[in-house]
Amino acid sequence: MGDVALTVAFIVFSAATLVGAIGVVTIRNLFRAAMFLALSFLAIAGLYITLHADFLGVVQILIYAGAVAVLIVFAIMLTHRPERGNPPSRFRASALIIAGLLAILMIWAAVQTTWPMSGQPPLDATVPALAQALFGPYVLPFEVASVVLLAAMVGAIVLARED
Amino acid sequence: MTVTLSHYLIVAGLLFCIGLYGALARRNAVVILMSIELMLNAVNLNLVAFSRYLTPQVITGQVWAVFIMTIAAAEAAVGLAIVLAIYRQRQTVSAEEVDLMKW
Repeated sequence: MGDVALTVAFIVFSAATLVGAIGVVTIRNLFRAAMFLALSFLAIAGLYITLHADFLGVVQILIYAGAVAVLIVFAIMLTHRPERGNPPSRFRASALIIAGLLAILMIWAAVQTTWPMSGQPPLDATVPALAQALFGPYVLPFEVASVVLLAAMVGAIVLARED
Repeated sequence: MTVTLSHYLIVAGLLFCIGLYGALARRNAVVILMSIELMLNAVNLNLVAFSRYLTPQVITGQVWAVFIMTIAAAEAAVGLAIVLAIYRQRQTVSAEEVDLMKW
């Protein structure tokens, strides 16, 4: 990818990510908020691809833009009562101040810090390297993660079951 | 303009703060869960950006991003199941009305 193309892609995907996120936290209509969430997830997948993380980009689309977004739309449809509206909580002003201060702090830290940048080129194909890492040094966390997923699945079924 | 690590960190920081604002400022439990997903995504974006710019030949950051995605998916499933159970019991998903465990 050329440098200019990368820059343009970064700007477009970042803007879409942030617009989607702002839509999620400000729009009153819950279903539209979920659609903005899906937009944000898709744009983050684009950002992963600009970072040469192609496998993670595809996984992001499958898990977040696919599964999590559908799950959230289901939850909204099962619990939504439009007649009650969707008012913000009474902590709105203080939440804005806290989030703003944290944003300023993090941007300042990101700009001021001298990162130990590596000039090496990224890997061409990340899938073999990821597979070797997941089934080599990280095989124990990988197995524990599958047990966590199984427990979460059983727990979700038990919690959501009608009885 | 060349895109550098700092740009990705700024985007991820802003995304995290938007998620934090949503988690604190909204009443609906589903919106709070959506905001938490945004914050987890911001962390993942940070990890992948660090992996790309600081250790491009070693893929550790992406491996951790995979684990965070797994845990986030489990969190979303259990969180939404809890929201459904609360809705069935109390007919509400407002975080301010579910205060049984508040001191």
